[in-house]
Amino acid sequence: MMDPAIDRVLTRWSPERQERARAVLAAYPERRSTVMPLLYLASREHGYCSREAMVEVGKITGLTSIQVESVASFYSMYRRQNVGKYVISVCTSISCFLRGADDVLAAIEDETNTPDGETSDDALFSVEHVECSGACGGAPAVAVNWELIEGVLPDKGRALCQWLKDTQPETVLADEMQALFGGQQSFDWGIAEPQGATSHVPAFERYDSAGDAS
Amino acid sequence: MSQPHILTRHMVANRTDSNTLASYEQSGGYSALRKGLNSMTPEQIRAEVKASNIRGRGGAGFPTGVKWGFLAPAEPRYLVVNGDESEPGTFKDRQLLERDPHQLVEGIIISAFALNCAKAFIYIRGEYPKPARRVQRAIDEARAAGYLGDNILGSGFSLDITLHLGAGAYICGEETALLNSLEGRRGEPRLKPPFPAVEGLYAKPTIVNNVETLSNVPWIVNNGGAAYAAIGPERSAGTRMFSLSGHVNNPGNYEIVMGLTWREFIYDLGGGVPDGRELKCWIPGGASAPWFTPDLLDTLVTIDDVGQNGSMLGSGAVVVMDETTNVVHAAHRLVRFFAHESCGQCTPCREGTTWLERVLWRIGHGMGRPEDIDLLLDVCDNISPGLRWPPAMTTICPLGPSATAPVNSIMTHFRPEVEAMIAANELVQGGVSIG
Ligand SMILES: Cc1cc2nc3c(=O)[nH]c(=O)nc-3n(C[C@H](O)[C@H](O)[C@H](O)COP(=O)(O)O)c2cc1C
Ligand code: SF4
Ligand code: FES
Repeated sequence: MMDPAIDRVLTRWSPERQERARAVLAAYPERRSTVMPLLYLASREHGYCSREAMVEVGKITGLTSIQVESVASFYSMYRRQNVGKYVISVCTSISCFLRGADDVLAAIEDETNTPDGETSDDALFSVEHVECSGACGGAPAVAVNWELIEGVLPDKGRALCQWLKDTQPETVLADEMQALFGGQQSFDWGIAEPQGATSHVPAFERYDSAGDAS
Repeated sequence: MSQPHILTRHMVANRTDSNTLASYEQSGGYSALRKGLNSMTPEQIRAEVKASNIRGRGGAGFPTGVKWGFLAPAEPRYLVVNGDESEPGTFKDRQLLERDPHQLVEGIIISAFALNCAKAFIYIRGEYPKPARRVQRAIDEARAAGYLGDNILGSGFSLDITLHLGAGAYICGEETALLNSLEGRRGEPRLKPPFPAVEGLYAKPTIVNNVETLSNVPWIVNNGGAAYAAIGPERSAGTRMFSLSGHVNNPGNYEIVMGLTWREFIYDLGGGVPDGRELKCWIPGGASAPWFTPDLLDTLVTIDDVGQNGSMLGSGAVVVMDETTNVVHAAHRLVRFFAHESCGQCTPCREGTTWLERVLWRIGHGMGRPEDIDLLLDVCDNISPGLRWPPAMTTICPLGPSATAPVNSIMTHFRPEVEAMIAANELVQGGVSIG
């Protein structure tokens, strides 16, 4: 696939993301379907789903940037503003609510000095309440860059924020955080997952549509 | 109570690495694929799935074999797996994806062979990076082992599977919204008909099935449809995953044979309500389902019984609320979800859910007005006229009407409590901190 318009964009990207983007382009029967995975890759390239990211995705897919924006704006995980290094998502849906999630959110807002929906001044944290994270059996659930922790009580929520502040890990690992700050789990997790998240954009590590073997 | 394991048999036997190919093969994994591709025809596999009487596990409970029979002959045709699981209270697919991704991949390959699809997609919600990672790894392992790709096991059948990550929109769980999302569009549901089996992905014939539904296929092929149909009540065949959460001692996923009573489920399996508190009510099948109260504890957990009692098993999420629960706050949380997730295409849903959310919020925050009760019921009636069950539809998809379920439930069962709250007009704490 040697399309000059595509190459002009992709050669600006890191070699790994270039390769991932080419795999995405090969995986779908129709070009338009690549918009979502490419939006993730472009967001990762630019830090978030910026104007420039959407323009680039438009150039690759042959859509206008308005068309791309119309898709991106539908989905909450394409962040159209920059966010903190760690996005802390506190589930306050029904099952977590019943188990005291509002207190967990309040504790995390307080500890990070960041109100729900905002980013801390030092850009370390964004805090948000979210709808069901699929961890209701381990309520209350908290995710850091979408790595889940189950059974998080207010004090453990505070300790989690403090730990993130102190250690500032480049990769956050669900199993590690669960062991340190979690409690009741929805089910037995089995062996530890070696991969974690290196950003709030959940498509950088090799598990999304690109699908190339490691 | 002991319950047989079909879906969870492998992860129960292999407590640690059940997600790996080596472990899956050791417990007989991919034997159904060999059997299916080497000794059965696509028609024979479809006949076994039909004979199993399995009904879709994504919410609507439509018989899978019947749905497969609707697939139009045009080519290419697609198989799409729905792993968007986002309905509050539901976390069963997450366990199947994380702990036994090969069972799903095997189910997809067999089903694609039976349906003559050369391309399948798995749509997983964006907030599930770990399940997605494990499924992608399973796909890669299966390809390397020759279970996926060209000429699988020498059968002449070829299949490619692409994993597609969602990006935070519950509505994409609705099958036509999911297809729009896969096509790179806004995840807005389509008007039906045409149904996906006739005009689905890229306007081609498409079967959409839930993760749990397809995870059953290897067992059905190995053991036969009749053996599956023999488990449980006639119209609720097989085992089924239920997600139990809220005020129970043993929350978690339970693979159960339907036909037990709610008392057995909540008290014997779930361990009952913590600290000896009283059960107030429970949601029998996800955020969209009308609530049940303790007078129904001795009724049966089957699709039909729950339907006759005015609710549904839906996504399999059972949320238990004890006597300390403030029902206005609880209903507000559920309605807030629908208001947040409405795609906005239909006025009754877009406007109605927002109204319900705001009115419930003000009642819950000491600002309720006496006329709010009628207002809530009136808004519900505008979204779904007559407030009957199953709900009347004024909208493109069932999300709008679903939002009336919690409101209608509190008005039916706990109206004096809501009235008292409006009369007192003070802020009452809603959730219970369990420490
Ligand atoms: C608002 C809405 C959300 C839905 N969410 C899901 C979901 O997350 N997962 C799912 O499998 N089905 C979901 N469904 C049901 C699907 O539309 C579809 O019926 C199902 O995926 C078909 O698979 P099955 O026959 O195997 O159950 C949803 C339906 C609606 C109306
Ligand atoms: S009912 Fe609501 S979610 Fe469904 S299509 Fe209409 S506006 Fe969208
Ligand atoms: S309600 Fe919080 S994880 Fe489901």
